[in-house]
Amino acid sequence: MKKTPVVPVGIVAAVLAALQLLATAFGREYYLTELIMAAYYSVVVLGLCLLMGYAGQISLGHGGFFAIGGYTSAILTTRHLPWAAGTDWGGWLQRAGVLAARQDLYGTDMITVTPTAAFAAAMALTLAVSLLIGYPALRLKGHYLAMATLGFGLIVYRIVLGSEFAGAADGITSVPPWRITPGLVLSGRRAVRVANYYAAWGFALLVVLFLIHVTRSRVGRALRSIHGGETAANAMGIHTAGYKLKAFVISALLTAAAGCCLTHYNGGIWPSEAGALKSVRYVALVAAGGMANLWGVLVISTVLTFLSLRGCFGTFDHAVFGIILIAIISLAPQGPLKPVAAWLRAAGRALRGGRAGDFAGARTHHA
Amino acid sequence: MLEVQNIRYCFGGLVALDQVTFHVPAGKIKAVIGPNGAGKTTLFNVISGLYAPEQGSILLDGRRITGRKPHAIARLGVSRTFQNVSLFPHMTVLENVKAGRHCRTRSGILASALRTPAQRREERSIMESAAAHLEFVGLAHVAERPVSDLSFGQRRMVELARALATEPRLLLLDEPASGLNTRETDDLARMICRIRDRGVTPLLVEHDMSLVMDISDEIVVLNFGVLIAEGDPPAVRDNRDVIEVYLGGDFGGASR
Amino acid sequence: MHQLLQYALSGVTVGSIYAVVAIGFNLIYRTTGILNFAQGEFVMLGGMTAVSLAAFVPLPVAVAGAVGIVAVCGGAMEILLFRRLRSHSLLHMIVITIGLSIVVREAALHVWDEKVRSLPYFTGTECSSVRILGAAISPQVFWVLGTVGVVVLALHVFFRHTLTGKAMRACSSNPEAAMLSGINIRNVRTLTFTLSGALGALGGCVISPMAMTQYNMGTGLAIKGFAAAILGGLGNPMAGVAGGILVGLAESFSVSIMPAAYKDATAFAILLGALLVRPHGLFGSNGAEGAREL
Repeated sequence: MKKTPVVPVGIVAAVLAALQLLATAFGREYYLTELIMAAYYSVVVLGLCLLMGYAGQISLGHGGFFAIGGYTSAILTTRHLPWAAGTDWGGWLQRAGVLAARQDLYGTDMITVTPTAAFAAAMALTLAVSLLIGYPALRLKGHYLAMATLGFGLIVYRIVLGSEFAGAADGITSVPPWRITPGLVLSGRRAVRVANYYAAWGFALLVVLFLIHVTRSRVGRALRSIHGGETAANAMGIHTAGYKLKAFVISALLTAAAGCCLTHYNGGIWPSEAGALKSVRYVALVAAGGMANLWGVLVISTVLTFLSLRGCFGTFDHAVFGIILIAIISLAPQGPLKPVAAWLRAAGRALRGGRAGDFAGARTHHA
Repeated sequence: MLEVQNIRYCFGGLVALDQVTFHVPAGKIKAVIGPNGAGKTTLFNVISGLYAPEQGSILLDGRRITGRKPHAIARLGVSRTFQNVSLFPHMTVLENVKAGRHCRTRSGILASALRTPAQRREERSIMESAAAHLEFVGLAHVAERPVSDLSFGQRRMVELARALATEPRLLLLDEPASGLNTRETDDLARMICRIRDRGVTPLLVEHDMSLVMDISDEIVVLNFGVLIAEGDPPAVRDNRDVIEVYLGGDFGGASR
Repeated sequence: MHQLLQYALSGVTVGSIYAVVAIGFNLIYRTTGILNFAQGEFVMLGGMTAVSLAAFVPLPVAVAGAVGIVAVCGGAMEILLFRRLRSHSLLHMIVITIGLSIVVREAALHVWDEKVRSLPYFTGTECSSVRILGAAISPQVFWVLGTVGVVVLALHVFFRHTLTGKAMRACSSNPEAAMLSGINIRNVRTLTFTLSGALGALGGCVISPMAMTQYNMGTGLAIKGFAAAILGGLGNPMAGVAGGILVGLAESFSVSIMPAAYKDATAFAILLGALLVRPHGLFGSNGAEGAREL
């Protein structure tokens, strides 16, 4: 319990590698695209898991943070900055790696912010907004907090939907690739798809690892104590308001980071990412994964997102997540994995009892 | 060590505490008694920072603690247990006690995520300390069990261990004997004395008169939010006002 | 001047629909403690059902029919879903109602389709207008205001002077005592949902000619209705009316200071602001509903 979870991470990594090799071998490498997107969405859900499952606070507005991250990256890397051309400190900023000169789709020269600098800006903005919203909102109870976060997400949605500089209803496309390091380029080009696959999943697994460490530590106990009994937690010296805010900010930052990465991978971002449907979907995925179960959340989120992206739910896509939400929360609020495990154990016992031989044996076993 | 000065607290129009003033000396066991509704738990809530009094102040070793937030007051050395045992439900016994170590440790989120050597050392020390406190209350054998598995008396003890893990100077015990049988109450009495001997000052609210008379060094009596008597057990027992308040009930022959 | 009047009137008109949603919210909240996020869907269903019915029965019958059908849906929702989930925390309940609203919305998409529909104007056509103080007002506005006014009045009388209304008030302030007095709480709760459904549907029908009806109009309405309810003070149905009008006016006047594309965000901003600054609303008392912790 105290050590780093090497074995589960190793198993998952092995499975992921196997999936990739199979996909390439059978010529189905396009599956990898959906798995890459699923990885980034899972990062969002993992961050939300920390907030909802461990700190016990709800947020129905995380689509808003995703959009803040993604749109900041998109806008900064696609807007030409005319004042930077031919000026001294325009040149200085280019050498510093903040700005870059490149050509757009039509071959025109333009100077934009580099993806890395845009990422930093997105993180800074997300930090500011999450602190601004979180500080007052987290003092609200349960359903008031849910509504406040929903309102926040919708405001972001309306802003990006209605603003010209954010591309209005069309969103922003032609977002350039992000060259993080010489070997690692986030881009949707087929040639780098396998590399992106490992990059995306590396990121997701790193997030899981760090979150597991945190939840097993002093900080994790503090968060879980909030969920259990805030008054008692405060009486033991735990500053619950501070920790709620920290959990909120961390989940917001993770969500925005995923937004940036996915925007560069997809080459664009759209207003629907900020919408209430997306935010509710994230909540449904945390619930389906087991609320306070990081691995469960990762697996379920990946599977359901993958199926959704493949179009397996057809036109019932949104309805499916709505139904999942209703079913899980009404039948198994702590998540479905415990009841399923209990059912499996009971089934296992029943099977073993049946195999014990004659009826008498089985009957006494069940008595 | 603790100075309670002129505390006044109202629930809307109802005065729950009125000009309550008393002193808790270090190293002595002090009890607060009084009929139901006298304001005893309210007093505890004011001391631990849950309620802010309308008037008055509370000093811990000369330092003003009124107006501070509960977690800050806990850090300054005031810990407590609750009338309806308030353990963290989704955690094991050991995790609950470890949570008590929170205010005496420092590892932050980054250090925990990266499992730095310093953080790992601190986790080990938390483990040792929590185990020791569990040992002290005699529950080391149920450390890994979820708290829902335990009996009421056992949960009381876990809460006590958790409160002790915060290394308090003052320990507020809210009706620690309620729901305990005679044998458990005896164990509790001895444990409170051992706590005092270790340098923690216990302040308890209690209804069980035999326990109070047995172990308290000093007693404070509240009635309708007013302090009507203060002194050592014999003095309080013979106090006319106190007898009247209790209608001469279980007071007379309560001593052991 | 008549620009201002125009804004004011359109604000009051749309605000009165928010008021209807807010009343429905408050009714259910008061009697059951649940925040029924699917309230907006009642409005949508009312409009859609009426449009379908209007194809083969006269308009008044279509409206009455729609109100009846959606009322039954509301009651059915309580019986089938909420009754079994009483033991869940309130937070769970609101997440469930959000899931429910999504399911209802998607179902509506499949039953009808994404096309925008509307009922015919109750009197006149979309071109007719009445001139008041220089502003041109559609007759439908009078229908909306009139309907909402009648509803508010009827509810007031219902709660004060009828046995059932008083029973509902009893349930909301003290369920145990109500039960001990012989009031059947479960029926009262079902009745509350039914009533909220009827109100929402009525609002949906009466606003349909002007604001159109579409399968996804419910979500925005629910949130704006919630903003109105919070602004007035959660749990107070009549204050919800005031809240609704205020939200509608704010939204309407916002186009004079912000680009029209952000109009919808105004209501959400009010919601956020109200929750963060004064969660007990303009007419609620501090601590009454316990919105804040510690």
